Amino acid sequence: MNARRDFLKTAALAGGGLVVAFFVPAAARAAQTASAAPVAQTFAPNAFLRIGADDGVTVLLAHSEMGQGIWTALPMLIAEELDADWNKIKVEHAPAAPAYFSTAMPIQFTGGSMSTWTEFDRYRQAGATARALLVQAAAKRFGVKAADCRTENGEVIAGDKRARYGELVDAASKLTPPKTVPLKDAKDWKVIGHPTKRLDTPEKITGRAIFGMDVHFEGLLTALVARSPVFGGTVRGFDATRAKTIPGVRDVVQVPSGVAVIADHYWAAKLGRDALRVDWDLGANANLDSGSLRDDFAKTATSEGAVAAQAGDANAALGKAARRIEAEYAVPYLAHAAMEPLNCTVKIEKDSCEVWTGTQFQTLDQAATAQITGLKPEQVKIHTVFLGGGFGRRATPTSDFVVEAVHVAKAAGKPVKTVWTREDDMRGGYYRPAFVHNVAVGLADDGKPVAWKHTLVGQSILAGTPFQSMIKNGIDAASVEGVADSPYLKEIADYRVDLHSPSTGIPVLWLRSVGHTHTGFVMESLIDELAHAAGKDPLAYRRELLKDHARHLGTLNLAAEKAGWGTPLPQGRARGLAVHESFGSYAAQVAEVSIENDAIRVHRVVCAIDCGIAVNPLSIAAQMESGIVFGISAALYGRLTLKDGRVQESNYHDYRVVRMNQAPAIEVHIVPSTAKSGGVGEVGVPPVAAAIGNALFALTGKRRRELPFATA
Amino acid sequence: MVSLTINGKTQDFDVPDDMPLLWVIRDVAHLTGTKFGCGLAQCGACTVHLDGAPLRACVTPVGAAAGKAITTIEGLSPDGTHPVQRAWAELDVVQCGYCQSGQIMSAVALIKAKPEPTDADIDAALSGNICRCGTYPRIRAAVHRAATLAKETTR
Ligand code: FES
Ligand code: FES
Repeated sequence: MNARRDFLKTAALAGGGLVVAFFVPAAARAAQTASAAPVAQTFAPNAFLRIGADDGVTVLLAHSEMGQGIWTALPMLIAEELDADWNKIKVEHAPAAPAYFSTAMPIQFTGGSMSTWTEFDRYRQAGATARALLVQAAAKRFGVKAADCRTENGEVIAGDKRARYGELVDAASKLTPPKTVPLKDAKDWKVIGHPTKRLDTPEKITGRAIFGMDVHFEGLLTALVARSPVFGGTVRGFDATRAKTIPGVRDVVQVPSGVAVIADHYWAAKLGRDALRVDWDLGANANLDSGSLRDDFAKTATSEGAVAAQAGDANAALGKAARRIEAEYAVPYLAHAAMEPLNCTVKIEKDSCEVWTGTQFQTLDQAATAQITGLKPEQVKIHTVFLGGGFGRRATPTSDFVVEAVHVAKAAGKPVKTVWTREDDMRGGYYRPAFVHNVAVGLADDGKPVAWKHTLVGQSILAGTPFQSMIKNGIDAASVEGVADSPYLKEIADYRVDLHSPSTGIPVLWLRSVGHTHTGFVMESLIDELAHAAGKDPLAYRRELLKDHARHLGTLNLAAEKAGWGTPLPQGRARGLAVHESFGSYAAQVAEVSIENDAIRVHRVVCAIDCGIAVNPLSIAAQMESGIVFGISAALYGRLTLKDGRVQESNYHDYRVVRMNQAPAIEVHIVPSTAKSGGVGEVGVPPVAAAIGNALFALTGKRRRELPFATA
Repeated sequence: MVSLTINGKTQDFDVPDDMPLLWVIRDVAHLTGTKFGCGLAQCGACTVHLDGAPLRACVTPVGAAAGKAITTIEGLSPDGTHPVQRAWAELDVVQCGYCQSGQIMSAVALIKAKPEPTDADIDAALSGNICRCGTYPRIRAAVHRAATLAKETTR
């Protein structure tokens, strides 16, 4: 159903074993599982929580908090089964260790909108196990049967006897955890499904929260690295004479990715780097031009590629169709542009190395660091700090920003925080790949699609990474997710989806909702085109095509109803609609737009989300809002261009993102569901560009097939 | 040597006059609540108050702040209970949180200047503060709420 899930399933079965074998030797595992070992007066029944004599319940997160709200959602799962006192919950990022490998694949990581659903059972079980032991300890103390005890708000109660969890930690730590524990019935949930405010708010509204950028300790220096202006370029030589005269500059060292200027603080490092002269061998990519790449992709898209999905004979059916619609869609490269520029702090000692960074890929970073320092992975301690946004950029299979920082600290022989400027971050590569889609759809007399031929051209994210083996028969599932598994295609007898995956020299990476960033836009714009070609209302047309797809239909109907689809709007405004499944969840959106002084204005977005069991409705609403704003930035402004191999954009003035005055009012409605939880963090992104584009068509009669809209 | 008064505390810093105030606050005074996002007055993450007025510390030479009262997020309230902070908590505004110090500092200045800000006032005062997590709708609601809370507090 979902390409990303299939990818991860495959990863767990096939390539995953390799990942474990390569990255975490068996010997390392035993050593690392001790990471959450009990200390005095603490009850640590498993790797995911500790209870102190002070009643404090510390939840260890196997995933990274980057805004998506798992700092709250995962503790909710434990608190539910533990019957904990919510006010006593504390949260920490777990160390990097096999105990914290994902339940979906054998690495510790955050991505794919998977944190909550993949931990749904494990974190509940962690809480239930702890509760069982506390009850056992209390029963013994009270002289009653465990079955006669109940738990509530951090206490075990039997008749008129009560004991706080903190009073029981000593006795409970001496008991053997049961092999299996029953979990609560959904009807008894007191925490799951209840809107719960974020636990990280107090630190984040007072400036106390520590992000990678904020890491500091005595003796820590700051480095900026001069990197090649062209991807793949190398240092031929450099002159640091002037750089070294800048007060505060301590050292200038060469590393594989460039030349690092190491100083007392950022500003000295920045001035030092400005004064540095580097002679670059620009390598093979000095002629890269995103405009001509786009033209090449468009040309390639007219020929057939590797088959990603097919049924019947699309070519023959197209020839026979009553009408035929052909369209070319295109999206550019995109930068993640998280608010916190990349950074990583490294301290290397004889038998250990410590890394402080906001990362989504702990296991890979740990392994890469071990390789560079000659240490064993278990000698590398990864301190995950808050991420000032991730969106995929901090999950690099190459661990690029960690690897570089380790090289800098190693070359300097001192602890160093390597910091990227905004410009470095923008120009550092790892972009959402540009894609061109070439599509031909055959329509029957009744206006319904009967043949569909869809060719995609764009770089593979997995190619050339340790995950390369997940590419099957030339198909990187992340390139075609959202098309190959489209519900519309399932209703058509003859279709063919194929893919070309050119290499360009531009590093590419997953960006919030990955392939769905473009496939959601293309599919839902096309369906709108077909509806208009059939002379039908876009909502009615979708309802017909999706009549056997209950969850698509459910969100579509809810969003349409709440948005007042079909009701009059003020002069100069129009609505557009889109629905898209991604990461095991379904989102439908209705956008209301106008054009004021040549500028596209999105006034309101109404969103319906079906993500199965809604663990924390409050954070689900927040993630929809977040995904919608992120998607509008990409729809209206996002475009990364290259000329002569050089990235043209540099900072937020030329890589525009939505600001307060461009942000719409957003309403989120959650479809009640008892289905297995799906993802949330990325699911709000895919429909919004199409919803806006479809509204623009309704407003102007002009179909926009290329992003971003504002400059297309 | 520059003498600065940050959050009521006066201290001498051995830094050049033209070093941006942001880096003195973050890397020399080690007050890291004020963030670096762009270095170009584009994102607002570095917003602090100078004699009560909001400014972008990343483009302000430290010399220009000498002798003036600098307030950072850490100096807003001793316990995180400034009306703007309370409103932020009530409306569950934050996500990654990286932009929020700057957002809050801009909002505090706005409410001080305009105790009953309109949506247009909020657009004008806060469009210089980028939030990549897209918390804008909640920030807008929280600014209105903070204005109400501020009135109750001063009454
Ligand atoms: S860091 Fe100062 S405005 Fe962005
Ligand atoms: S909360 Fe993440 S950038 Fe605003």
